[in-house]
Amino acid sequence: MPRYYTEEHEWIDVDGDVATVGITDFAQGQLGDIVFVEVPDTGAELSQGGDAAVVESVKAASDVYAPVDGTVTEGNSQLEEDPALVNSDPEGEGWFFRLALSDKSQLDGLMDAKAYKAFCDTL
Amino acid sequence: MTETEQLDEDVAIEAATEVLPLDAWHRAKGGRMVEFAGYWMPIQYEGIMAEHLWVRENAGLFDVSHMGQLALSGDTVAEALEALVPGDISALKPGRMRYSLLLDEDGGILDDLMITNEGDQLGIVVNGAVKWEDIGHLRENLPDDITLNHNEDHGLLALQGPKAVDALTRLVPEAAGLVFMQATRATWNGHAVAISRSGYTGEDGFEISLPNETLEGFADALCAMEEVKPIGLGARDSLRLEAGLPLYGHDLDPTIDPVEGDLAFAISKRRREEGGFPGAARVLGHLADGSPRKRVGLLVDGKLPVREGAKLFDGNTEIGVVTSGGFAPSVGAPIAMGYVPRDHAEPGTALAAEVRGKRVACTVTAMPFVPHNYVRKTGA
Repeated sequence: MPRYYTEEHEWIDVDGDVATVGITDFAQGQLGDIVFVEVPDTGAELSQGGDAAVVESVKAASDVYAPVDGTVTEGNSQLEEDPALVNSDPEGEGWFFRLALSDKSQLDGLMDAKAYKAFCDTL
Repeated sequence: MTETEQLDEDVAIEAATEVLPLDAWHRAKGGRMVEFAGYWMPIQYEGIMAEHLWVRENAGLFDVSHMGQLALSGDTVAEALEALVPGDISALKPGRMRYSLLLDEDGGILDDLMITNEGDQLGIVVNGAVKWEDIGHLRENLPDDITLNHNEDHGLLALQGPKAVDALTRLVPEAAGLVFMQATRATWNGHAVAISRSGYTGEDGFEISLPNETLEGFADALCAMEEVKPIGLGARDSLRLEAGLPLYGHDLDPTIDPVEGDLAFAISKRRREEGGFPGAARVLGHLADGSPRKRVGLLVDGKLPVREGAKLFDGNTEIGVVTSGGFAPSVGAPIAMGYVPRDHAEPGTALAAEVRGKRVACTVTAMPFVPHNYVRKTGA
């Protein structure tokens, strides 16, 4: 299952026409202790680069953007009870939402793991 | 991902960001440095939540060398300063300190500050973000025979938490003899230091002023102790919020007077009777009749943090605004403070805050959110 990354520090796992989205380990490290996550409602239409979710750390609220166009099929309801999952397992149990992809060609513009690591090293 | 809200201080950088004496020390300790009040300062080391909880249980070392350390001297210094603040400075005994407020001619708060009678002078600690404005205000409004010294060759450390007294006493035995809001001079390794039992966390603790060149050695000596860890600005903010202590530039500003700011305790009895401080007519009027609005604490329902700038509603009517807020690690829930009309200031009043278009229920509550643990009597 290929995984892609954005310069906004989101990851996206693609499985056929459905993708799972979260924020990267680098991002959670920058944010610090996460105390609240607002995931999009099922059925929400997201467009690439638009607001998708909000993550609140102790010190600030940050927007999470949609890495690609799509329709939300599920938000991670576990984050409501346990937002710290984003700190402890950002690229696993701490996923944010799933969406049905509208335009798979958008994935071509995203980074792979190696490119993302190189990108983080420049920050 | 971008931060939609940042510490406002980030925006207020005027000139090039300055470096504090302990800059390299913070970085070596893993401090994540941010711009605050014109300086590079550590927002956190291991994480705000862990640091916050550490201070409530152990002892945390804060570098607050960005704050302005001033000294006023002159034969009539107490009387002269009373023309600018509402406290009874003449009655302040040597070795005692008092929280006070620098007021403009309308009684608006220009800064909040600590005033210590150091025997031969009045020591004043002011907020870093407005220290240059404060110095200008003091110079302009104090008589020429009062000398103002800005002590830039000293740093300021705060050691806060229930184990602070154990740790500090190993280095400066005099610490144990102080109670809350007392101060003394002492020596450490042959260097003159000034310590007070005070702070900004609601916990027992101390503030220590010492020469810049001794800061690193002193900080190392404290952090070598098992009770002590370095703590960043992030936890300083969440600790003071839980303690119900206002942050200047957020919860207090020149549009707010001491009664509105819920700081009437800083207006001494004699000054209430005699007046003679800036804006006394407005402030004493508010004391007698109540102010139109008041700073209150807010307990927030649920988990969504309510932050500075959130509007407050009673039903569909906008009635006030949040001036500080966030997740409170020791409370385990979001809390906030803000301004509401007098008739909405009673604890128990149900309100709603607006966050990203959603209404979040909250309840006016008495502050502090976490009880203060000040030491008012020594065990000895």
